[in-house]
Amino acid sequence: MKIEFEHLQAAHCENGVTTNLLRSIGINKITEPLSFGIGSGIFFIQIPFLKINNGPAIAFRTMPGLIFKRTCNRLGVPVIRKKFNSKEQAEKFLEECLQQGHPVGCQVGVYYLTYFPKEYRFHFNAHNLIVYGREEDNYLISDPIMEKVTTLTRYELERVRFAKGALAPRGQIYYPKENTIVTDDKIRAAIKHGIKKSVNDMLHIPLNIAGVKGIATTGKKIKKWRDKLGPQKAGLYLAQLVRMQEEIGTGGGGFRYIYGAFLQEAYAYIPKDELPEISKIFTQSGDLWRTAAVQAAGIYKGRIGSQQDFNIMGDYLLEISEIEKKAFKALSQIKWH
Amino acid sequence: MKKEEIPQDDGALNKLTKEVVYAVDNTGKYVTELSTGWDVKATALDAAWKDIEERVEAAKQKVLDKQASPILYFMELRLMDLDIVAAYTGFWKWTIKQHIKPGVFEKLSESKLQKYATAFSVSIADLKTMNVNED
Repeated sequence: MKIEFEHLQAAHCENGVTTNLLRSIGINKITEPLSFGIGSGIFFIQIPFLKINNGPAIAFRTMPGLIFKRTCNRLGVPVIRKKFNSKEQAEKFLEECLQQGHPVGCQVGVYYLTYFPKEYRFHFNAHNLIVYGREEDNYLISDPIMEKVTTLTRYELERVRFAKGALAPRGQIYYPKENTIVTDDKIRAAIKHGIKKSVNDMLHIPLNIAGVKGIATTGKKIKKWRDKLGPQKAGLYLAQLVRMQEEIGTGGGGFRYIYGAFLQEAYAYIPKDELPEISKIFTQSGDLWRTAAVQAAGIYKGRIGSQQDFNIMGDYLLEISEIEKKAFKALSQIKWH
Repeated sequence: MKKEEIPQDDGALNKLTKEVVYAVDNTGKYVTELSTGWDVKATALDAAWKDIEERVEAAKQKVLDKQASPILYFMELRLMDLDIVAAYTGFWKWTIKQHIKPGVFEKLSESKLQKYATAFSVSIADLKTMNVNED
């Protein structure tokens, strides 16, 4: 049982699953940047008091699952989504979907994801992949971050679908329903909707933990890390920041480049001259995030590490916060009509 | 970032795949390109693993010094925190903390030990002796 399916590689797993699943039902115009932008993927948050892998809980993107959900909603594509209490039901439903010819998205944990290199296998439960068939005991897997398709045995797939801990997938399966026509008008409306939501997320969330204010807060915190945590642990915290920013799937610069690409693609649908101009500001922001990462690397490699070096690091984030504030304010001022 | 500036360094992910990176070409248009990795993030991952290895070693020493039970060692080895161990075993976090005490651990029933052994993917015998036959 193998469904006709075209695997396209993406930077980020959820963007890629969204793009590829939409293509599987004949909606071919939604590229990775469009799905990221329409789904309002861009974000920043440092969740206070929460530790992940003994480091700070920092994210450059919105909550897992939301990109797919919002992109489909905003394009008017109905979504089927199910979670399960039993492994048997979860597999039965998967088999039914495949028999009906639906490739499906699955949320999985990466700790037991056998094809991942060991170095990447942490208890992270919000990875996404597509199952598009089964040949005997092997499920056919399209993992969007990979160049080529792969397989998982029944047992391996069940294990990652029922990984436990934070964001436990509980066998979650989702796919867009077929027979929806997405017109350019719908795409235009969805792009505007996506941008407005991102403006709100990045500029108007109260408290100083999220959005551009959150970036500044983290910048200020970084300056205190050396004294508070000691040089070694402070270095590990910075390494965690860099991993969240650059590791598999952000496309570089903590998703800021993908967002820049989104605004350029948006311009093809909505010819507002501001869009390509603001895209350049996101390129500038992504570049500065990467410059900051180089500074951080100097610290966790032990090449530098004075308080002055931490101050420089923190100041980068304060500067980024200002740049992104400018970018999102400019987006909020676009007259769409 | 300009397309020509995309780093092509080595990294752990390179064993599996090249990754997609976004950058601008010389006309300012965004394009995608495959990258083998970036030294800056490869070393970030190295730093995280070095820390894990140190934590595992420290836990092992604690067990040998009778300050903790092997549960602590396997928790660190499997990159788990109390929440994750609780989710895989079904025990409360408070209970697991008790089981991390060597005296309490020694009196655990086979069935309780089995829950830990399953969560850590080892046999009960290996759980008790901190014996690990990797993959």
